[in-house]
This record gives sequence, C-alpha cells and structure tokens, in this order.
Amino acid sequence: MSGIAVSVERVSVRLGDYEALRGVSFAVPEGAFVAIIGPNGAGKTTLLNVILGLQTPDNGTVTVFGGHPSDLAPTALGYVPQVKTLDRTFPGHAIELVVSGIRRGWPWRISAAERAIALKSMERTGVARLADRPISKLSGGELQRVYLARSLAREPKLLVLDEPGAGMDVSAEADMYHLLDAYRRANGATVLMITHDWEGARVHASHVLLMERGLAAFGAPEEVAREDRLLKVFGYAGHQAATHRSNADA
Amino acid sequence: MLDVFALETMRFAAVATALVGFVASYFGVFIVQRRMAFLGSGLAHAAFGGVALGIFLDAQPLITAVPFTVAAAIAIVWLRERSALAEDTVIGVLFAVAMALGIIFIQLRPGYVGDANVYLFGSVLWITRTDVYLAGALAAGTVCTAPLWGAWAYASFDRNLAKTDRLRVAWHDYALACAMAVVIVVSMKIIGMLLIAAFLVIPAATARLLSHSFRVMTLLSIAIGSVTPVFGFFLAHAADVPPGAMIILVQAILFFAALAVRKRS
Repeated sequence: MSGIAVSVERVSVRLGDYEALRGVSFAVPEGAFVAIIGPNGAGKTTLLNVILGLQTPDNGTVTVFGGHPSDLAPTALGYVPQVKTLDRTFPGHAIELVVSGIRRGWPWRISAAERAIALKSMERTGVARLADRPISKLSGGELQRVYLARSLAREPKLLVLDEPGAGMDVSAEADMYHLLDAYRRANGATVLMITHDWEGARVHASHVLLMERGLAAFGAPEEVAREDRLLKVFGYAGHQAATHRSNADA
Repeated sequence: MLDVFALETMRFAAVATALVGFVASYFGVFIVQRRMAFLGSGLAHAAFGGVALGIFLDAQPLITAVPFTVAAAIAIVWLRERSALAEDTVIGVLFAVAMALGIIFIQLRPGYVGDANVYLFGSVLWITRTDVYLAGALAAGTVCTAPLWGAWAYASFDRNLAKTDRLRVAWHDYALACAMAVVIVVSMKIIGMLLIAAFLVIPAATARLLSHSFRVMTLLSIAIGSVTPVFGFFLAHAADVPPGAMIILVQAILFFAALAVRKRS
C-alpha cells in the first residue's frame, strides 16, 4: 500500500481556449477527508473529472491508489455528481438509482437481495421512505441523499462528491458530514468533496484544497484558511464571508 | 375490412410494418431519453443519399443505403466525440452533404425518380418477401441486443455516472447509432424518409408521458410501436391514403391523448 490515495502531479487541462487547470500538484493520504474549495470557475469540477478518469489532462499525471484512474475497480469508487446536471425527466425510482450503483447498469428488475442492500444504504442517509418515489418527485436535497446512498451501497474506498450539500437544509447537511466522517473512519476510506461550505470544511475535513485554476493551497484547514490566501482567491467579499463564519464560530 | 389481406403484397406490408414498428419503438426509448430525435431525422436524410447511390449504380438501393447510412451514423458520433461542435451542428452538416449527393446521383440517372419517390414517401406496393425477411431479421437482431438494455438505459440516465462505472459509453453510442441507421433504412420503404424520424420518436414519447419507470416506458413504447402500424395500415387502406402518413397520424393521436392524461394527473 502506497499510503497515498490520490496523487496529482503538474496537471494542466485546457477546455477549448479556457485554461481550467494550470500545473496542479498535491497528494492525498489514504483515509483523508479533503474539502475542495474555490470560487466559481476555479477548476474544481475539472479536477474531479481528471481524478475520476473522465477527463484526460493535457499535461501531468494522476494516479489513484498507485494506478491510472481508469484502472480503479468501479466498486472501489463512489461518485456523487452535481444534482443540477441530472436529467430529472428520466423515468425511474429512487431505489432503481441506488441499485444502479450496485449493479453498474439500470435494473430491469430488482432482486430481493439488491433491494435489501439498497434499503439498508438508504436507511443510513435517511431516505429509505422515498425508495419507491419517482426521481422527478424528489427535492434536490432528497436526491443528493439518494445519490449518497447509491455510492455508499457499494462500500467504496474512494468517495468523490461534487457539491453534495447543495439543496440540503442545515440539519441534513450536518447529518451528511457526520455520516461521511463515520464512514471514512470505519472503512479507512478517502473522501474528496467539492463544497462552498467553509464551516463544514473547517470542522470536518482533515485537509482543505484551495483552488484558483491552479492550486492556491493544500493542507490542514486552519493552515489553508489564512486571511491573505482567502483574500487573494475569493476577493474582498468572499474573504469577509469566510472570516465572518469563522469568527462567529469561535 | 380484412379483404385488405387478400393480396400477398398487403400481407407482406402489414407484417413488415409491425416488425419495424417494434424495432423502431424499442430504440426510440433511448433516442427520446437522450434527446437524439434530430439524429433520426439526419440519418433518414443520409439514407436517402445511400438509396440514390444504389439507383445511380443500378443496384438494389438497400444494399448501398445500409452501409452509407451506417457510415454517416459513425461519422456523426465520431465528430461529436472528437470535435468541439454540437451534435445538431454535425448532423446538420452531414445530412445536407448526404442529401446533396443523393440529388446529384438521381440527377445523373434520369428516369429513375419513381424509385426515389418510394423511399421519400413510402409505398406498401413495393414491399416484397425479402423486405419481410429483412424486417424479421432486424427484429431478431433487436431482441439479441436485450442484454444491453441496462447499459443503454444507464448511459441514457447519466453518461458520466456510467463512465465512472467503466461502461464503454462511446462504444454503446456507436452501436445505438448504427442500429438506428439500419432501422431507418429498412423502414424507409414503408414509412418514407420524410416521416421516419417521427416513427422512431412518437411511440417512445407517448410512453414517456405515461411512465414513471424506464422498464414500463420500454414495454409501453414497444406495444404502441407494434400495434399502431397495423391500425394505421387498415385505416390507410380504407381511406386510400399512404400508410406511412396514416400510421404517424394514429401515433400522434395517441401522443396527444397521453399529453392530455398527463396534464390532468
């Protein structure tokens, strides 16, 4: 075992004329809980796509548990995409979405064993009562928790989440952090999560990755969330919002 | 009304129509859910270019139209994957090129416009035993793709999610586009190029309005796609109008009825 879950070395990505990532390097230890933060357009989702093997970098290398991202066994990966990218017109039920994570295909029929696994996972994220509800009738927060149940059902060793708290109320978001933290500790899993929630990142994450197309900082939350860095990356308003939250908390 | 089946040609046409209706409505669920309806329209135009090539070469049009349309389907998917162009732009360019070639091929063989009209508007009178066998083979081939339903449905739901599960989404895109191409070519004689895109889309769109599960949508679409052509065929015979147009109208009536039911609920 390398001890490094995700290694990113001098990665650059251009999307057309837009330079989404510029020479990004960092290494995530196994078992870490990494909050990826940064303003809109900082390259957070592009970075996740590179780590997931969905985007090939123009330069640099990425390894996940020592191998190429596409070599990672699908069951070792739990991915929670942004809910806003989901096609809500798709005719499916919440439990089918969860079972699709177990089966790696959309289910024609759900076996009793699959239903039991799916319901157990949905119980953990508090959405078991929504199992037979159509996807189109779930709220954004409910859908996020269904997606989370889908990822946890396969008990992955790497969880990658793109703004999982979007659409959740404060209580549900706090529950999600506790659930992720508990899962990580119990399974030795690594969590990478894009978030705009500074407070959650500061309290729950073991590492914060601050992005601004390139890497602005990577390290312990208290070290990364320094005023000069926040001011540089987020500008005055973002810095005020972040420090206000921290002061209110202290 | 059953006297319509007194003629062998009519029997062939009814069976072939029901078979291609089954196939088109099955693939239609993926086309509708992936918002690929314009691809059906584009491939129909490309198929016309292939038919015209057959007429120009004095060959059986289907022999040239199948590879021609499959090549167009592969080119569209390839360009969509490899270029920064949107799919509708790629389709818009390729179908215009295929149509332009078709017009030139036909112009170079004056006196053969009759054949071209069959493929443009459809005609049951031209359906042969070979066409029925072809439609049967197509239906059998479609049944053989059933194990891919889960992967195609999954990629229709979320391409990136499917990719992270290491599904070969691009390969499935090619397979689906090629299947569409073959369906379109085989259905052209019956429905006609001008209406074939609707034939692919309307049963699935109707089923979509009435379903909360992709499985039910698939079964309902197949039921609508297989049965409505037979009704349309009878009505067309009674009204003495082209069957392709009547089939589309029957399907459209069901679609609007489903829309009304959906709005009420």
